[in-house]
Amino acid sequence: MTPPPNHAVLNLTSVVVVAGLYSAGTFLLLQRGLLRILVGIVLLGHATNLLLLLVGGRSGRPAMSGSVPPDQMSDPLPQGMALTSIVITFALTTFLLTLAYRAWTLLGNTEVRDDVEDHRITALEERLEAQAGFHFFPHPSLPHPHAPRLHRADRDGHRPHQQPAPDNAGRDADDAGPDNAGADNAGPDNAGADEPASDGAGTDESGSGSSGDGRPGGDQG
Amino acid sequence: MTVPAALAVLPVVGPMLAAGGTLLLRFHVRAQRVLALAVVAAVVADAAVLLAAADSGGPTVAHLGGWPPPIGITLVADRLAALLLLTSAVVTLAVLGYAVGQGVVDERTGGNSMIFHACYLTLVAGVALAYLTADLFNLFVAFEIMLVSSYVLITLDTTAQRVQAGMTYVIVSLTSSLLFLTVLAMVYAATGTVSLAGLAATVPGLPPALRAALGLLVLVVFGIKAAVVPLHFWLPDSYPTAPAPITAVLAALLTKVGVYAIVRTHTLVFPHDGTWPLLLCAAVATLLVGALGALAQEDLNRVLSFLLVSHIGFMLFGLSLFTVVGLAGVILYMVHHIVVQATLFLASGLVTRYAGTSLPRRTGGLATVVPVVAALFAVPALSLSGVPPLSGFVAKLALLQAGSQAGAASGPDAGAYRAGVYVAVAAMLVTSLLTLYVMARVWVIAFWRRPRPARPDPDPEDSLEVGTATMSRPMVAATTGLVAAGLVFPGLAGPLSGLATRAAADLLTPSAYEHAVLRDQPGRPTDGHGAAGRLAPSTRRTTGNSDPAGNGGTAGNGGTP
Repeated sequence: MTPPPNHAVLNLTSVVVVAGLYSAGTFLLLQRGLLRILVGIVLLGHATNLLLLLVGGRSGRPAMSGSVPPDQMSDPLPQGMALTSIVITFALTTFLLTLAYRAWTLLGNTEVRDDVEDHRITALEERLEAQAGFHFFPHPSLPHPHAPRLHRADRDGHRPHQQPAPDNAGRDADDAGPDNAGADNAGPDNAGADEPASDGAGTDESGSGSSGDGRPGGDQG
Repeated sequence: MTVPAALAVLPVVGPMLAAGGTLLLRFHVRAQRVLALAVVAAVVADAAVLLAAADSGGPTVAHLGGWPPPIGITLVADRLAALLLLTSAVVTLAVLGYAVGQGVVDERTGGNSMIFHACYLTLVAGVALAYLTADLFNLFVAFEIMLVSSYVLITLDTTAQRVQAGMTYVIVSLTSSLLFLTVLAMVYAATGTVSLAGLAATVPGLPPALRAALGLLVLVVFGIKAAVVPLHFWLPDSYPTAPAPITAVLAALLTKVGVYAIVRTHTLVFPHDGTWPLLLCAAVATLLVGALGALAQEDLNRVLSFLLVSHIGFMLFGLSLFTVVGLAGVILYMVHHIVVQATLFLASGLVTRYAGTSLPRRTGGLATVVPVVAALFAVPALSLSGVPPLSGFVAKLALLQAGSQAGAASGPDAGAYRAGVYVAVAAMLVTSLLTLYVMARVWVIAFWRRPRPARPDPDPEDSLEVGTATMSRPMVAATTGLVAAGLVFPGLAGPLSGLATRAAADLLTPSAYEHAVLRDQPGRPTDGHGAAGRLAPSTRRTTGNSDPAGNGGTAGNGGTP
């Protein structure tokens, strides 16, 4: 009844299933929507658990002490590992689901976004380039019509306690500290969503020239 | 000197039980704080005892559940694990003190502290387990305990921004965890064991290509957790948004646990003879990319996050040499960096609380207003840059010495190695200089200007801490304590570097580790069939082994409160 020892064969069907799950999971993981990513992670988790079972070798009898001779038992350790990973993946799926729900209530969508600060840095670079009149680095996608303002405006729009914008009379003079004044003044939040729109476009000498910075609202999602 | 094996279990079990205790005490915030502080203090004392025992009488070994080593999970407190455990425990104690101080003055965190203390203690338990475990699968469980706690901590007090940062963090960490599981499956398929001592015995028998592939996969998995360039993108996006004490503990410990895992696996299981060029390249890239990234940042916490990435490169450099001197440098650097990075983030938290912004440009000269904070920030900043006589100088000097030694080595193709090592040494020096520049710039802008009212950030990274302008005495005291701990380091540089050298020598003789783990077990650790024994379960362990599953249950229940 039992196959001869060491006659271990990988089941082709299982291998194909595992490979398919890995591919689909990886594809979904690369999407923007959190729910797609979530499904991708679930698929990857399944793939991993099946892989763990596969590496246990040929199947055998349940590994209950004293029921059958040890050489007829299946290897229990990968099963233990798979069980552990099922528990962990399950818990984390739940956590990601609640996170997606929270993101949906707070942001109105569940999109995983680029970092806000990265956009500020990009905007700063664009502004400096506009001042200097040439590009430091080639930008295939210049100008970014929405990118720098999108997240910030979106976030502010849903914030319950929006703080009043500070008065910025004389701020530029104040800002010229011991640091070199150019980089200091051209800080990305001197223009844009934290100030009245007209102000950001008009008085701010650094913000007026570049693309997208005087834009008052941006996309509200 | 030998100590009871239970002492090696206490750093894991103590905080875990206390985490449950704080949940029971959820309506008694003061009792929670006392319990948490007491338990973490006990872990500090325990780690000190373990370190003394490991240095004088060899590792303390605990077999969980009484299962003998090839089957059960073993906890081993050797010199490296005990030293890092002690450092981490000191830092977690100080950060907990800071958090308690913050909670005392700030009722807004009071509502969440029932979860906060539980998560924090689970995090401490996970970190301790990661250091102590001698089993690759158990290391996965330790990482999960740690990460799940950090997921909750990072998204605590959910604001829109934290949810966004949390998403990136959770998805990246989860991906690396699944990759870790995949690697585990492959390692088990190749060797039939997941205990580190067993792997140290069986992996050398594998075909070189398979061994290299597994080693690379393990490097990628831990490289994500340690934020090694090019796997670092998640870190500066996610850490700065969390409250100061949480950022401090995550930044100080989580990446270093990743580095520790790289060190442990690549010395014990996948050792290299001589320099490893790939890791050397990764080290140089990490050093430069992190430092240049920090140059471009404005926000204080983001500057610190990029510098954190950058300084991971120092540790990778020391490891890539695979010499005793290099590894001793890595160990010294880890100890230094854990303390200093936590101090910097706490000091940055003080600035944020006082000024209402973490943008140095907006604070206005704080040096005369709050000179204490200015000093508390300056000392670790100089230490991180490697200014003598602070701890960073000692650690960097050790690494530079290791580099010059390796550069002087001769061998068949020594020329290329020598050039690579000298490039890396140059990158380290440039990075130190850039760190000094970035830190000096931040300090001058934030503190050393004419005093004036700060302009609170209308769109702060950390909106919950803004506008309080309060610093309680415990917060300042905790930060001062960490600064003092950083100052003790160069004073003890002699004994510490001796200890680090002994620990590094242990790392490069894996047989010592195997013997320690398998002390009670005459005979070979596993069947040792290697590739030939693949997929032949009859030759593997045949007893029912419930330990991994049992631990996983703990992870699932304890880690997701």
